[in-house]
Amino acid sequence: MKDAAWTIPSIRAALQNKKVSARELTSDFFARIERRNPELNAFLALSPERAFAQAGSMDEMITRSEPLPPLAGVPIAIKDVISTRGVRTTCGSRILENYVPPYDATAVSRLESAGAILLGKTNCDEFAMGSSTENSAYSPVRNPVALDRVPGGSSGGSAAAVAAGLAVASLGTDTGGSIRQPGALCGIPAMMGTYGRVSRYGLIAFASSLDRIGPFASTVQDVASVLAVISGRDSSDSTSVPVPVPDYSEELDRPIRGMRVGIPREYFGEGMNPSVRQKVENGIKLLESLGCVPVELRMPHTDYAIATYYIVATAEASSNLARYDGVRYGLRVPGATLLDMYKKTRGRGFGPEVKRRIMLGTYALSSGYYDAYYLKAQKVRALIARDFTQAFQQVDAIVTPTSPSPAFRLGEKTDNPLEMYLADIYTVTGSLAGVPGISVPCGKTPEGLPVGMQIFSAYFQESRVLQLAHAFEQAGGFAL
Amino acid sequence: MKITREQVIRVAELAHLELSEAELDLYSRQLDSILAYVEKLNELDTTQVQPMAQVFSGDSDAENASAREDLSRPSDVASAVLHIAPDPSPPYFRVPRVIDR
Repeated sequence: MKDAAWTIPSIRAALQNKKVSARELTSDFFARIERRNPELNAFLALSPERAFAQAGSMDEMITRSEPLPPLAGVPIAIKDVISTRGVRTTCGSRILENYVPPYDATAVSRLESAGAILLGKTNCDEFAMGSSTENSAYSPVRNPVALDRVPGGSSGGSAAAVAAGLAVASLGTDTGGSIRQPGALCGIPAMMGTYGRVSRYGLIAFASSLDRIGPFASTVQDVASVLAVISGRDSSDSTSVPVPVPDYSEELDRPIRGMRVGIPREYFGEGMNPSVRQKVENGIKLLESLGCVPVELRMPHTDYAIATYYIVATAEASSNLARYDGVRYGLRVPGATLLDMYKKTRGRGFGPEVKRRIMLGTYALSSGYYDAYYLKAQKVRALIARDFTQAFQQVDAIVTPTSPSPAFRLGEKTDNPLEMYLADIYTVTGSLAGVPGISVPCGKTPEGLPVGMQIFSAYFQESRVLQLAHAFEQAGGFAL
Repeated sequence: MKITREQVIRVAELAHLELSEAELDLYSRQLDSILAYVEKLNELDTTQVQPMAQVFSGDSDAENASAREDLSRPSDVASAVLHIAPDPSPPYFRVPRVIDR
């Protein structure tokens, strides 16, 4: 039996017409997870008590004919780097194997206040560091489209859960591409808003100046609905911005005719898989047929983005991850002295990629190397951001491939960290600049692997990104 | 060589990471190749460029100029926090002896 493909509007209609109750829907999703998760490994923890309590209160609202909140009864999954009160949150790491947060992230409490049903926590690369979800301490996630391949990363579990129909929407986090790239590799839309659009309160930090929370769903419309709920100023995160949040769903159908779409030459160079190139170029032609005006652009600092990113992000990570010392929470490995305990706890608690990045970041911040690496990278970051600001003086949006290749095979890139880092080549630029971006499906390779097209817009122009992606999805018929 | 094994040992000390000999070998090799790649940043002249530490730096509308009021709020998380500690001794976290008497 094929699972029903629910969306946020179809759930709302079914609940209101009493075709299904929120409890029944929740049971159905847990049954799907029980059936599919053993092969996919998308979920690390389930929260049935919390889910059924929420479903019960939604059903009571329906019985009393009360107006339903925007995400009433929508089953969602949360990446395991986002704190959930009373639900184990490991960050895909042994060092937090038994960690149960005493509070909820703001994004999670906003989703629940909007009626969403929290199914559980999704697998990811350890502390969100990776592009394949193979760096999870709890075994990799498999791509539901092709089980011998990775789902992308680091939010691989969140992408796989939605692509496999085990959740209607999910939250991921994006630091260098960790929402957009798994969205592309699993064939679903996936979005990050402007840096600061969504509160990071309760997001366990990797690189604070880059980290963003954002949604996966099976349609752009559902992405818009979830983004609208989680966006907005939060006094608990001083970097969250007080810019008003438009009704993204309301603005979704605005015409895109006449929009100027920048095609930066630097994103179409060597190293791209030929069928990815073909699908994205076809995608641009489709946008043109919808009335968009393609504009060739130069973004001259694009080629420096990976080097910049892997200094800035690792430097911030080395500082943020200093908190895992075995004193207050998480793993403690006993030692003869306090320092010995720190070193043993961290040496055994962290996996290879996390240690590699802590080492790189510590080196980049160390006395004698700070100016040559960290300061230099911060300056190049400013140049990369300037490329975007200048581009948006000429165009309304920028269109690029999301990832240079479709989903690769498990184990294919694990021996060479630098090669894995290059999987982020088209996504890190927007991360460094802080602009909003989406990956939207734009077809499949001859082997049947999904290809994603990335759309950026200027700061706080999330609506424009969503309008383009929605029109593209409607015209192209690439929705799952 | 961008980084020597001795430097890698020093960085592991700074980062409070106990690493095996095999890990030191592996990271020496891998950090060296990553740092060689990062060298390309030196192709750019950045003498006139201000470093970017945050996306919004304080001079735009987007910047939250709103320092929030300094109000005390009730907080009763201490027992919940100690509950998840590896070795709690309320109201303290217990650690190996630091000071010899």
